[in-house]
Amino acid sequence: MEYLPNILFLLLLLAGIGYFSRNVIRLRRNIRLGRDVDVSDNPALRWKNMAKIALGQTKMVVRPIAGAMHIIVYVGFIVINIEVLEIIIDGVFGTHRIFAPLGTVYDALIAIFEVLAILVIFAVVIFWLRRNAIRLKRFLKPEMKGWPKTDANLILYIEVVLMVLFLTMNGADYQLQQLNAEHYTQAGAFPISQYLAPLFEGMSIANLILVERTAWWLHITGILAFLNYLYFSKHLHILLAFPNTYFGSLNPKGQFENLESVTREVQLMMDPSADPYATPTEGQEDTEPEKFGASDVMDLSWVQLLSAYTCTECGRCTDECPANQTGKKLSPRKIMMDTRDRLEAVGKNIDANKGIFVPDDKQLLNDYITPEELWACTTCNACVQACPVSIDPLSIIMDMRQYLVMEMSAAPTDLNNMMGNLENNGAPWPFNQMDRLNWAEEQ
Amino acid sequence: MKVSTMAERFAAGEPPEILFWVGCAGSFDDRAKKITKAFVQILNKAEVSFAVLGTEESCTGDPAKRAGNEFLFQMQAMTNIEVMNGYDIKKVVTACPHCFNTIKNEYPGLGGNYEVLHHTQFLKQLVEEGKISLEGGKFKGKRITYHDPCYLGRANQVYEAPRELIRKLDAELVEMKSCKQRGLCCGAGGAQMFKEPERGDKDVNIERTEQALETQPEIIAAACPFCNTMMTDGVKNKEKEGSIAVMDIAELIASVDDL
Ligand code: SF4
Ligand code: SF4
Repeated sequence: MEYLPNILFLLLLLAGIGYFSRNVIRLRRNIRLGRDVDVSDNPALRWKNMAKIALGQTKMVVRPIAGAMHIIVYVGFIVINIEVLEIIIDGVFGTHRIFAPLGTVYDALIAIFEVLAILVIFAVVIFWLRRNAIRLKRFLKPEMKGWPKTDANLILYIEVVLMVLFLTMNGADYQLQQLNAEHYTQAGAFPISQYLAPLFEGMSIANLILVERTAWWLHITGILAFLNYLYFSKHLHILLAFPNTYFGSLNPKGQFENLESVTREVQLMMDPSADPYATPTEGQEDTEPEKFGASDVMDLSWVQLLSAYTCTECGRCTDECPANQTGKKLSPRKIMMDTRDRLEAVGKNIDANKGIFVPDDKQLLNDYITPEELWACTTCNACVQACPVSIDPLSIIMDMRQYLVMEMSAAPTDLNNMMGNLENNGAPWPFNQMDRLNWAEEQ
Repeated sequence: MKVSTMAERFAAGEPPEILFWVGCAGSFDDRAKKITKAFVQILNKAEVSFAVLGTEESCTGDPAKRAGNEFLFQMQAMTNIEVMNGYDIKKVVTACPHCFNTIKNEYPGLGGNYEVLHHTQFLKQLVEEGKISLEGGKFKGKRITYHDPCYLGRANQVYEAPRELIRKLDAELVEMKSCKQRGLCCGAGGAQMFKEPERGDKDVNIERTEQALETQPEIIAAACPFCNTMMTDGVKNKEKEGSIAVMDIAELIASVDDL
């Protein structure tokens, strides 16, 4: 009986971590449905980008208010996790405040946690107000209806509850320390929770212990639940922002990838010595003709799929998008959310069919993202520049345009005319290439 | 106007140092041709050794690529690269950010390796080397706002060269509410220039023109022939063409000493 709490705690911890691992495996499998891309170049620069953008939050502060609030929550989240380590050790071994022997260092740590906790509550209240009272435009776009909105608010509530539990736990503990309760070592400084004292006035030691234990258990249960909630939430970014900023493109934003499969064919076409009837070289005979562009998530690269899971749904991209600003349907955030939704559907399909994907008469194109959205893009890169976690929605738009044009011949008529001109006269307008230098003669 | 072609210079055994890549807009569009001529006037005045490809030039393929037609893009690119490599070209200057971006970033992978400069970068070098002077005070104190072309700014991080030139003209450079990294597109990029916009509340160029008008400029400076067209249309739409001029940086500089 004596070890019951320890056993219960261990079970809880194993369940939490076990379920989380299951999610991670599923996540990894889904991301690997994407095309392979080589991102092994320049690791030094990639680490630097990750340190700057994910760890250093450099893109967040472009918008100073949201940026500052986010840094508070982010630092709070990381630092308070040191406390979680202590909770886990205490939980498993039945100790209490195992780090207490650190003395003044421990006092300082607890004090810092408390200050951060109250700051986090403050920041979260501001975040809530921005979404629900000030009603910032970017949080109210059509793609934010339903689950995305609930998800965003839910996270804010969970964060407040966790912080309040943490402070309650400390407040009760402090009270117990004052009363010299057995087991409650004198340790820690409580700059915030000491003010909770009036709440506990006149409580018996037994009741105080009840409060302290309840808060303690709820706190750690909440953290484990939160960990497992990530997979279903835009909050996955707290983990994936790191790999995503590492794997983000290192090229100038204007440089779009040249399709190698096309290069091979064009070279063959332009090479006068190439024999079009030549038998294909070894190994090429039974390769399927390559599909150009993307109509579904499997045609995208795994980095693009990782990005879809990383997206925080912050809408900074959509807010800067010229098409969206002028009332067009295109929203780069929706491109990322649709990609994730479709990928999830494909993943569930695979789960339900014993590991193989059974075609479901749906695809990313049309069923999630419409050509009208794709054709509204000016390729201006504002979305790519704005994204705080190095996501490139434009690359997905371009891959899908390639599919529309090269596989479906489904470009808007005006563009077909432009391309016809280009093919025939080497200019997007119907002018003769032989007139290209006429300007030099004109007055 | 004195312009020689690569073919002529090679025939004469005097290959030039620089290829001026004119681009489709610069060759055919009436408004953009003025920019081309202004730039050539400056090059001639500064006695730069340059030539154009003339009828051997063909579209870089940028609009095809951004429209999703990778085939057409690569056909164009490889044809152009063959021509340029045939002349052993080392350095390219162009007044079009789309050509600049494509040749600089997308041609190397297809065998075209050149040093590529946007004309604002090249003009800045000419000023620094003392080959052209921006004095004359014609634009002294004039309010000029500068519109960042997406393919020069965000796409290639060139924000300062055009701004420095405007400042050197003694003009008062006023920034729009979205500028540099956060500059708003004019609406032409990604092959939008060649099609009707999708349904919405407004055209992108109108939104951008409104931002420009908020700065109460006398001149809207552009550095891209397509932005120039979009902003000119925007200013006309607001019936401000009488009081506000849309001018390329090259035109500003060429008009300093009325070349
Ligand atoms: S690149 Fe396309 S999607 Fe991204 S901001 Fe520009 S117009 Fe919008
Ligand atoms: S793509 Fe980036 S900027 Fe856009 S909503 Fe997602 S995280 Fe935010």
